[in-house]
Amino acid sequence: MANALIEKLVALIRETASSLPDDVLKALRAAARKEEKGSSAAVVLKTILDNCALAKKQGTPLCQDTGTLTFFVDERLRRKVTPAVLKKAVALATARGYLRKNCIDSVTGKSYDDNCAEGAPVVHYTVPRAVLGRGVSKPSLPAPRAGTHRGTESPAVTLILKGGGSENMSRQYSLPDAMLGAGRDLAGVRKCVLDAVQKIQGYGCAPGILGVCIGGDRATGYEVAKEQLLRPLDEKGSGMPRQECRGPVAMVGGPVVVGEAGDATLLSRLEKNLLSEANTLGIGPMGLGGKTTLLGVKVASRPRVPASFFVTIAYMCWACRRRTIVV
Amino acid sequence: MTKISYPFTEKAVRALKAGEAVEITGRIYTGRDKFHKFFADGGELPVDFTDGALYHCGPVCVNVVPRCVPARGAGQPSLPAAGETHRGTEEWRVVSAGPTTSVRENPYEPAFIAKSGVRVIIGKGGMDAATLAAMKKHGCVYVQAVGGAGALYADSVKTVAGVSLLKAFGAAEAVWHFDVENFRGVVAMDAHGRSLFAEVEKSSGAKLSPLFTSTRQKS
Ligand code: SF4
Repeated sequence: MANALIEKLVALIRETASSLPDDVLKALRAAARKEEKGSSAAVVLKTILDNCALAKKQGTPLCQDTGTLTFFVDERLRRKVTPAVLKKAVALATARGYLRKNCIDSVTGKSYDDNCAEGAPVVHYTVPRAVLGRGVSKPSLPAPRAGTHRGTESPAVTLILKGGGSENMSRQYSLPDAMLGAGRDLAGVRKCVLDAVQKIQGYGCAPGILGVCIGGDRATGYEVAKEQLLRPLDEKGSGMPRQECRGPVAMVGGPVVVGEAGDATLLSRLEKNLLSEANTLGIGPMGLGGKTTLLGVKVASRPRVPASFFVTIAYMCWACRRRTIVV
Repeated sequence: MTKISYPFTEKAVRALKAGEAVEITGRIYTGRDKFHKFFADGGELPVDFTDGALYHCGPVCVNVVPRCVPARGAGQPSLPAAGETHRGTEEWRVVSAGPTTSVRENPYEPAFIAKSGVRVIIGKGGMDAATLAAMKKHGCVYVQAVGGAGALYADSVKTVAGVSLLKAFGAAEAVWHFDVENFRGVVAMDAHGRSLFAEVEKSSGAKLSPLFTSTRQKS
């Protein structure tokens, strides 16, 4: 039993590292069709797509940076999918070459060859909203994070891999920002996001995806912004047609935080506007110019104290590797 | 798509323009941080870079000498130990060979271009104005490889013809001799002083300012 579970998690890790979710692939294909034939942008996108097809076929990591591993585990699985079980799966996946040795002790500089250490992988236990809503007793645990698996009935485990090159590009603004002339309103938020896109250029392996959190404290801002990257690009209201996902490893809805705080309509409109405005900047794939600078923008908001107003932007590269399995 | 192959002549390289997509075939050598430092400290170049290509890359190469190959599924083949001698061809398999960020080599590259006779530098993220000037002077281009496409680039390496400085630098930093076929990239800095990075940064900045002053403030 325990072994079957670990093998299932190893398979999740391998699949996550070697293939992109359908919604991201679809967005990359749509982007490739938009770029001019023979342009550098078209060549870069074709190279990315060919790379993904090859990695999927081989079951090998699609990018050599297999990133920081973050698991979101349904609260109901807390006893079963423990951090120890996840570590076993990660160590096994590393030994089999599905993950690169990618974990360094920040003080000593020594490598954790199995990618496991205190705090690695990162594990979050989450409470599915559907469950809370159906009146299942709220577990008496500190700060459950609602909504991560909304849309999944059965308890699920989600994994996201985020590479260092993209993580280095994430940033946080504090409003008001005199340099940008950005005040404490959505217009100010917009300026922060567009400024970030222009500053980041293609250095985080564009085309990228932005997760944005308006408000919160500094730490929550980064956390919530990163969680937005779990939301499918083609989710309802995004203007992209939703694709049915089948098979044992299905992408399910990520944390639907829009509307949880703030106004859903306002935020989804902001998402769409930011995406199209950012793509007018012409930065393009790998920053070589082109129509596709971003594949998606996902915005959430959190309450703030009167004294602070943070805008946090989590940048994700085209290699947005995330996957969910039902356990 | 322009095809270029080793040896890369000055004429062929000067004919390339920023923004042009290229496919590279033939010999390329990897070299990153330790290699550049070694060169700057006066180390003798281990290979002849004349009309050659330097790739900023720390590949994952697996030694496939039979005794090192584990049974299928029995685990990851171990990396060659640093210091293992160069055994020639077909004993290495390239698992991943994506580009690494080039900016770290900025301080060394102009001198390297001047002394080595290199004609093509491959990496990601571009390099500084001093390097661009050296490229113009000596006839060299910078080709942007696609970040993250490690699997595809590994596949374009048809032969590992050898490796230098493996003992001194370790596998990720050694100078690998790759024979590649149709290695895709985009000329991002040409031999005429044009840098696509600088241009895109400038033009995107110019497009940003009207967005900032536009009346479409409230979303
Ligand atoms: S930024 Fe993303 S695609 Fe680029 S090297 Fe890092 S993980 Fe790979």
